[in-house]
Amino acid sequence: MSSETHELGFLRKYVFSLDHKVIGIQYGITSLSFVFVGLVLMMLMRWQIANPGEAVPIVGGLLEGVMGVPAAEGKISPDLYNMFGAMHGTIMIFLGIVPLVFGAFGNYLVPLQIGAPDMAFPKLNMFSYHLYLWGGLVMLASFLAPGGPAQAGWTSYPPLTTIIPTDGQTYWIIAMVIIITSSLLGSINVITTVIQLRAPGMTWGRLPFFVWTEFVTAFLLLLSFPPLESGAILQFVDRIFGASFFMPHDLIVSGTPMADVSGGGSPLLWQHLFWFLGHPEVYVLVLAPMGIVTEIFANNIRKPIWGYPAMVGSILTIGFLSMVVWAHHMFMTGMGSNISMFFQTTTTVISIPSVIVMTCLLLSLWGGSIRFTVPMLFAITFLPMFGIGGLTGIPMAFNSTDTVLHDSYYIIGHFHYLVAPGTLFAVFGGIYYWFPKATGRHMSVKLGHAHFWGSLVCMNLIFFPMLVQGLAGMGRRMSDGGANYSLANPSNEGVVGALSSTIMGLNVLIAWSVVALALFQLPFIFNFFYSIVAGEKVENDNPWGATTLEWQTPTPPPHGNFAEPVVVYRKAYDYSLHFKALHAQEAPEWGSVAHLPDFEPQNLPVSAETVGAPE
Amino acid sequence: MSHSQHEAIPYTTEVREDTGLYNGKLGMWLFLASEVMLFGGLFSAYVFLRLGARPGEWPHGLLNIPIGTFNTLVLITSSLTVAMSWTALKLGDFQTYRKYQLVTLACAVGFLAIKSFEYYDKFTHYEVWLKAPLAAGEHPGLAGHAAAPDAEVPSVIGHVEGVGPFETLASLEEAGATSITIHPDKYHYRLTAWQQAERTMKEASMEGGSAGAEAHEGLTIELSKIARLSALVPRHSTFFACYFTLTALHALHVAGGIVAFAWLLWPGARMWREEPERYTNRIEVTGLFWHFVDLVWIFLFPTLYLL
Ligand code: HEM
Ligand SMILES: [Cu+2]
Repeated sequence: MSSETHELGFLRKYVFSLDHKVIGIQYGITSLSFVFVGLVLMMLMRWQIANPGEAVPIVGGLLEGVMGVPAAEGKISPDLYNMFGAMHGTIMIFLGIVPLVFGAFGNYLVPLQIGAPDMAFPKLNMFSYHLYLWGGLVMLASFLAPGGPAQAGWTSYPPLTTIIPTDGQTYWIIAMVIIITSSLLGSINVITTVIQLRAPGMTWGRLPFFVWTEFVTAFLLLLSFPPLESGAILQFVDRIFGASFFMPHDLIVSGTPMADVSGGGSPLLWQHLFWFLGHPEVYVLVLAPMGIVTEIFANNIRKPIWGYPAMVGSILTIGFLSMVVWAHHMFMTGMGSNISMFFQTTTTVISIPSVIVMTCLLLSLWGGSIRFTVPMLFAITFLPMFGIGGLTGIPMAFNSTDTVLHDSYYIIGHFHYLVAPGTLFAVFGGIYYWFPKATGRHMSVKLGHAHFWGSLVCMNLIFFPMLVQGLAGMGRRMSDGGANYSLANPSNEGVVGALSSTIMGLNVLIAWSVVALALFQLPFIFNFFYSIVAGEKVENDNPWGATTLEWQTPTPPPHGNFAEPVVVYRKAYDYSLHFKALHAQEAPEWGSVAHLPDFEPQNLPVSAETVGAPE
Repeated sequence: MSHSQHEAIPYTTEVREDTGLYNGKLGMWLFLASEVMLFGGLFSAYVFLRLGARPGEWPHGLLNIPIGTFNTLVLITSSLTVAMSWTALKLGDFQTYRKYQLVTLACAVGFLAIKSFEYYDKFTHYEVWLKAPLAAGEHPGLAGHAAAPDAEVPSVIGHVEGVGPFETLASLEEAGATSITIHPDKYHYRLTAWQQAERTMKEASMEGGSAGAEAHEGLTIELSKIARLSALVPRHSTFFACYFTLTALHALHVAGGIVAFAWLLWPGARMWREEPERYTNRIEVTGLFWHFVDLVWIFLFPTLYLL
């Protein structure tokens, strides 16, 4: 209030900032907020599944106030369940995880790790963030649209989406086009930055693995998102102008033939366009987390990552292959067995590079002196969790076995293992790891442990039962959690394959675990905000004793990042290599973890004369 | 505040040695890669739908080929002048650059003008599907539609008197109409090549163009006899859905190009005095975009008009 210039300064600094680090943090806070929204939707759905037909406690009245008829009497009607389901998936994937791993971590770290002053196009960067924010707001606004938000799943299959009587689906399409545009601009920025702005000496072989993962992610976003954008445009034309891109001939809805539709369209066309993005998208969700895990690993095992070239080769292979596996989501559509054969082959092949990455990380542990810091706990847990997620994918990769697994809870278990205790754990680890650089303070270790162990147990109590339920035949997307197909329903007496009370009982276990999981996020949220103001201050600019360039900056890094021009002399993970040679040197202080410098920062000259003599 | 940081970003104007590119150029190439995928998605949709179309249901010959060809030439000319203008800038000749860019803008605006004329023509043409086919002999205006007087006409295409582009059967009924008056076109895409030839022969054997004169007479059809009607808009068929979506998206790109070029020509031209090299780069990058937009049209034209 007192001075207007100050206000302007604030806007420039925090809202319309051109600094990649501020933009990264904006992305981070916004996307974590969306993850929170997704979490709340999920809790409501899970409560409904465990207690079909009952009113939601505490917030039921509020629900009815906001959502109106679909939430009559505070109950989650099947329609409302569908809305929450569609929005949970959409928000988590497109507004939560992708902006988190790409927008937040990518923006903050990529320029720092390659020794660049900023992104190649700072204004474009700011613009991408604001597009993302506005796309997200449009998506949220769809909750208030006449007829409620989208209801046809995060995959938005037509013709259901076209004939569904809600404006929310149109909001969904518009929001998606905005978000996709934002991702496209972001990916152009990241690729250009990595190619053009690497510091002198930062050759491709010296790039930290995280930069590689963001680089491949950016290409996936750049090339696979546009076909979905074209699909969204077509769906828009169908909905608004009454075209028939996805409306087949002679469509009959609830017994009435669709009037005034030209027909001639194809629902399969949408599925192809959607999954052409959809599958690369799942690698977008997981590549950068692999990078984060690798960074944390190298730092906490104090030795170079084993098989760095193989890992880089693997993610490049994943990048290429992920563009040719999409129709494994469509085995059940009757595409024809030759096409299914092709896609089941590519799908099995693509699991090989993923396994190589995981194996390299696993073997890197061998002979390391592992520090079980909080980031490392999250990172090391990523391996088995991602392992379960990946291995459960294999049976679905085959046409024949997928026939029974498709659209069951097994799939839900599969991909949640990958994105929840997989991706999200890597993200948590990353937050604990880079927090000291961004804020100059440590997060509390005790609270970190509570967060980690609690989340680990709860996540498994939530997602493992889903695999079991799916194998028992429980289908996904049922608002009553399968009650209609359970033995509790008298009309199912003696029906082979009806869901037993044990299987149905798992719904209750899951619901309570969800509540516990939410409670275990409280230590994290508290820790995060409390530590920003009152966490233990870092001892120096490189508290973990790390080799990569982001740690060789002032804390927090200023505009332009580096105090001096950077020159890179070494590979990314020179830990414990020249231990002896450096023995004689005075140890730089980097905390109480060790007393000898067992790492050589990438910008430390190699030749003996210059060692220890930086200006 | 942020200017100092801005200047620190390397390779905004000068070329990085190992890549041979400045940032903007690489950025534009990447953007174009994504655009290829965007239009690629739409072209694949076209192929997918066309391959799946029922026999005889994919309209042919309803687009105006001479106008389309002319528009293609207009766009190609504009690509040429963009290239010339950039060369002029490279030689330091701002005035020549300016002249060429004015031609570019004229071409681009001309392209859109011609396109809107085409759109308008489609908006005012209706196809009316009849519940029971009419015999061509029933009305002289239908003669042009069928090979023989007793051939059956499942639908009629033509101008409808006093009806806007987006009406449907339901909306006409709602408005209280009971019938429409249509002036059938001579050409109808549902005819096979054989019928077409027969029709032409028939017409030639008729006396002194009487058929042509008669075709202008209106044909009044009661709404109760109509199964469906639609102007030649996306609702009409998947062909027109493809046509309008693809060309409208392309036209949006043309409009974007116009804005960019106009901005660089007038308010953005200040940069020429202070940083001529950077300004020239901007023209090069925008020019790349323009050539791409041109190229998309070169694919669109034969796909939609000729095939
Ligand atoms: C390791 C190799 C993997 C294989 C072989 C695999 C296989 C599959 C298959 C075949 C499906 C379709 C099942 C069906 O619809 O019947 C599927 C679904 C899915 N997968 Fe994977 N997957 C793998 C890795 C991943 C990764 C890394 C992620 C994400 C981080 C992921 C996320 C998903 C998602 C989100 C779905 C379900 C989409 C939906 O229908 O809503 N998968 N997976
Ligand atoms: Cu997939």
